[in-house]
Parts: sequence; structure tokens; C-alpha cells
Amino acid sequence: MSPTVARESLDVEAIRSDFPILHRPLPNGMPLAYLDSAASAQKPRQVIEKLTACYQEFYANAHRGVYQFGVRIDEELDAARAAVQQFIGAAEPEEVIFTSGTTMSINLVAAAWGRKFLSAGDEIVLNEMEHHSNLVPWQQLARERQARLQYIPLTSDGRLDLNRLDEFLTDRTKLVAVTAMSNVLGTINPLDKIIAKAHQHGALVLVDAAQSAPHLHGNVREQNIDFLAFSGHKLFGPSGVGILYGRRELLEAMDPFLTGGGMIDEVRRDESTWAELPAKFEAGTLPVAQAIAMKSAVEYVEAIGFDRIADHERRLLTQAHQQLADIPGLQIHGPDPESKGPIVSFSVDGLHPHDLAQLLDQKGVAVRAGHHCTMPLHNLLGLTATTRASFACYNTTAEVDALAEAVRFARKKFRLA
Amino acid sequence: MSSADYDDLYDDFILDHYESPYHKGHLSSPTCQNAGRNPLCGDHVELELLVNDEGRIEQAYFDGKGCAISQAAASILCEKIEGKTLEEIEQFQAQEMLDLLKVPLTATRQRCGLLGFKVLKSMVYALE
Repeated sequence: MSPTVARESLDVEAIRSDFPILHRPLPNGMPLAYLDSAASAQKPRQVIEKLTACYQEFYANAHRGVYQFGVRIDEELDAARAAVQQFIGAAEPEEVIFTSGTTMSINLVAAAWGRKFLSAGDEIVLNEMEHHSNLVPWQQLARERQARLQYIPLTSDGRLDLNRLDEFLTDRTKLVAVTAMSNVLGTINPLDKIIAKAHQHGALVLVDAAQSAPHLHGNVREQNIDFLAFSGHKLFGPSGVGILYGRRELLEAMDPFLTGGGMIDEVRRDESTWAELPAKFEAGTLPVAQAIAMKSAVEYVEAIGFDRIADHERRLLTQAHQQLADIPGLQIHGPDPESKGPIVSFSVDGLHPHDLAQLLDQKGVAVRAGHHCTMPLHNLLGLTATTRASFACYNTTAEVDALAEAVRFARKKFRLA
Repeated sequence: MSSADYDDLYDDFILDHYESPYHKGHLSSPTCQNAGRNPLCGDHVELELLVNDEGRIEQAYFDGKGCAISQAAASILCEKIEGKTLEEIEQFQAQEMLDLLKVPLTATRQRCGLLGFKVLKSMVYALE
């Protein structure tokens, strides 16, 4: 896959200059090394400015106004929807639904597709590395519909055990819910294989792209993805907005999720009819400004280029693996760098993740400690919590150095040999 | 609160209790026991008390797993409450517990520091 002509690499300093927050001094005077983009990404001024411009120049409620702002806001919203459509390779903009985030998107499918199309004895295929948001809704749906959950086993290094896929993905399977990239292990799942197998058995596939969206370029048509969910805030976009993609025929067959204003065609006292896509699934007032700013977010990533981002992040990931593996008593969870995205979760003997994260904070290094919304995975690992560092296009090799140094500092502080 | 204060979060007092806890283990016949978890980070603390007929705590033991703050706090708590009466425990406030730890804690870490305390208080209420 390496190009014959050397690809111009990502200009990290230029990118960093786009992110105002990265240059603010921390209260304790340390420089900030923000290594928690897997939890949420920082925002470039292009996104912040779009959001602000919306509120300062043309804000109005969408779909209501005959006046100038009303027309302008609709144009901006349409443009944002089209930008997301292009970003994910969807056939039509009506297949792009704005939601409040990945969690809502998945709940929408579980409710609006699941309640209608899942029967007793049907099966939903999951796996133990999934985030709670791509697990609990299916669990609850299965209880409600008396369906069964099947879990594809994981290998010892945290990948899906595809050798055993046929045991769990059968003709009883109606839906496979799978993450494109694990938010803890970093594992990049082989979607093509899973989708092919699922479709062979007549099952649909929902891909949780919350973590992968800023790192892996996907195309829902090329990859034959039935449903796709991701959030704006991990993609350098604003908080409070996310996306559900669904193939048109699927969305049209589904009943509405939330009902009320905006998603109706006609309302009488005792009955109502529903609006066309995408409005059918956009009840109430959208997070309008945030949806509009999504255009700036996807354009920001596209302007840098996924290949350049991947090269840069791979460099940081490899460096992190090398430097952390050198630290006594430290264990990295998950596969080798070739099989994962820019996420490193690890444990240090004798140092609880919360204490470690606290001491790292003293050195200006921001990481996350806890179960990262993956209790079944942590259960499988035999741990209650881990520490996680994650990298994005604005991180530097110096910041990875700072991470390793800070872990050594923490060990010393805790009097570990 | 200055940044220097946060730097002292893991001073020798906390680390000593974390490494060499007071009364970590179990009583053969506890008068009462209780356990609690901090779901956010998985800290776990179990307390066992031996209370005499006059309502005075003769021995306090704890067991558990978790961050240094939660475990050290449980150890410090056990040291503190031995010899106290149940009535005195009822008067024991969260702020006093935090003061015992000597280090300043953010709101998040206070939950860790108060885990053992909460386990104790709910146990004592149940004894009434």
C-alpha cells in the first residue's frame, strides 16, 4: 500500500496552530499533552468559527422560516448533510440522519428497526470489546423481543476470532453490531469479512464508527454497510451532534423513533402520519448550529487527508508501543500496532489507573483512566480499570516522549523499582 | 488551591498507608460488616468491626482493591475509629474524614477518599 512517490507528510505544527486550546497554558504551568482524543477530540478554529458564525450571522430554527435567516439556515443544514453524505460515501443525503450522537443513533436502530423486525428466537451478534453504547441497547432489545445475544470470541491479543465466526453468525442472526475500531484495544476489525458473512446469512450489519471516524476512511456503499453510527465530537466537531446512516430501504421500512414536531406529515387528534426521510427520524429541533459545523469538521479531516493522518498516527503509535514496553511492570492491552488504531491502553503493576492518571496530569499529560465504557471487556481482561492514551493528528512525538517520562515519574513516586 | 497542593497528593502519609495498611484483613467474628464500590473507577472497600456491649469499636479491619487514595483512606479510617463509640461515629462528618487524609482532593477523588467512610456510615445506620 505504500506509494511509489513519497507522500508529503502531515504538517503537525500547522495543524496545531488551528487548535486554540492546545496553546493555552495549564494552571500548573506545564505544557498540555492532550492524549485523550478517543474520549473527545479538540476543535479546530474552523469548526469553532462555523459554530459562532451560525449564532452570530444567520441563526434561526430550521425548516420553519420564510425569512432570510430561515432560508440561509436551511441551505447550511442541507450543505452539512451533503458534506457528511460525501464523507461516508452514502448514495443520498436522505440516508444521513442527524442525531445527538452515536449512542442515540444506535438506540434509534434498536428501537425503530429492532422492535419491528426482531422476533423471539432471533439472534444479535456482538463481541466483548464493544462500547456499552453498542451493547446495552441490543441487550435490552433482546430482552424485550426474547431474542438471543451471541458473542464472537476474542483472541488473546484482542482481535475478533474469525476462525470461530461460523459458530456464532448463523441463519438465526438478524443483526451484527460491530465496532470499526475498539476504543480500548484500538483493534481495527475486518469489516469486509464480517459484512460478507452476515449478508450471506441474511443479516444486517450496524457499524459503530465513533472511534474510527477520524482515523479510517470508510465508504458505506463500497463496504455494503447497512447502518453506520458516529459522533461529531470525536471527529473534531461540536458536542451534541452525531450521525446515523441507514440504507434508504431500511430507513423507510422502519417506524419512527422519537415522535413529535418536525417528523410528521399530518397530525389529527387520534392519529398522525410521518414525514419523508430524513425528517422522519429528526423529531424536534435539531442541534442546528452543531449539525452545520459538522461540515467544517469533515472538511477539516478531508483537507489533511486520511493517508497522511494514518502515517502520522502510526508513527506515534509505534513510538508509544516501543517506549511504554520498555517500562518495567507495564503491560499494553490489545494487538500489535499493525492491527490497531492510535490507542494504547495499559496497566502498570502496583499503580492503579486513577493514581497513574493523576500523576500524569501533574506533568501535563492528559489520559483517561477507568473502564472506558467497556465493562465486559475489562471483565474479560480481569481488570476493573485501565489507563488509556490516544493520539490524533495534532499530537507530536514530543508528547509521546512526555507520556513515557510521566509514567516513569509516577512509578518512582509510588516507590516502584 | 494552588498547583503545588495537587503535587502533594501522593505525599508520604498516603503512600505509607497504601503500602503498609493498618489492619488490612479480616476479623474471625466481626460484629458487623459492609462493603462498597466506587463504580467509576472500580475501587472496592470492605469494612469489619468488632463492637463491644457498650457500643465501643474495639477493632476495625478493612479489605479492598483500588486506587491509593481509596485504600489509604480506608486504612486511615480504621486507625481513627478504633476506640470510638457508635454515637461518636454518627457525629463523624465527611469533611473530618477528608481532613484526616491531609491532602487536598478534587471532587472526583473525594469519592475515592470517602468510600470507606460511606461504607462505615451506612453500616452504623443499619445497626440502629
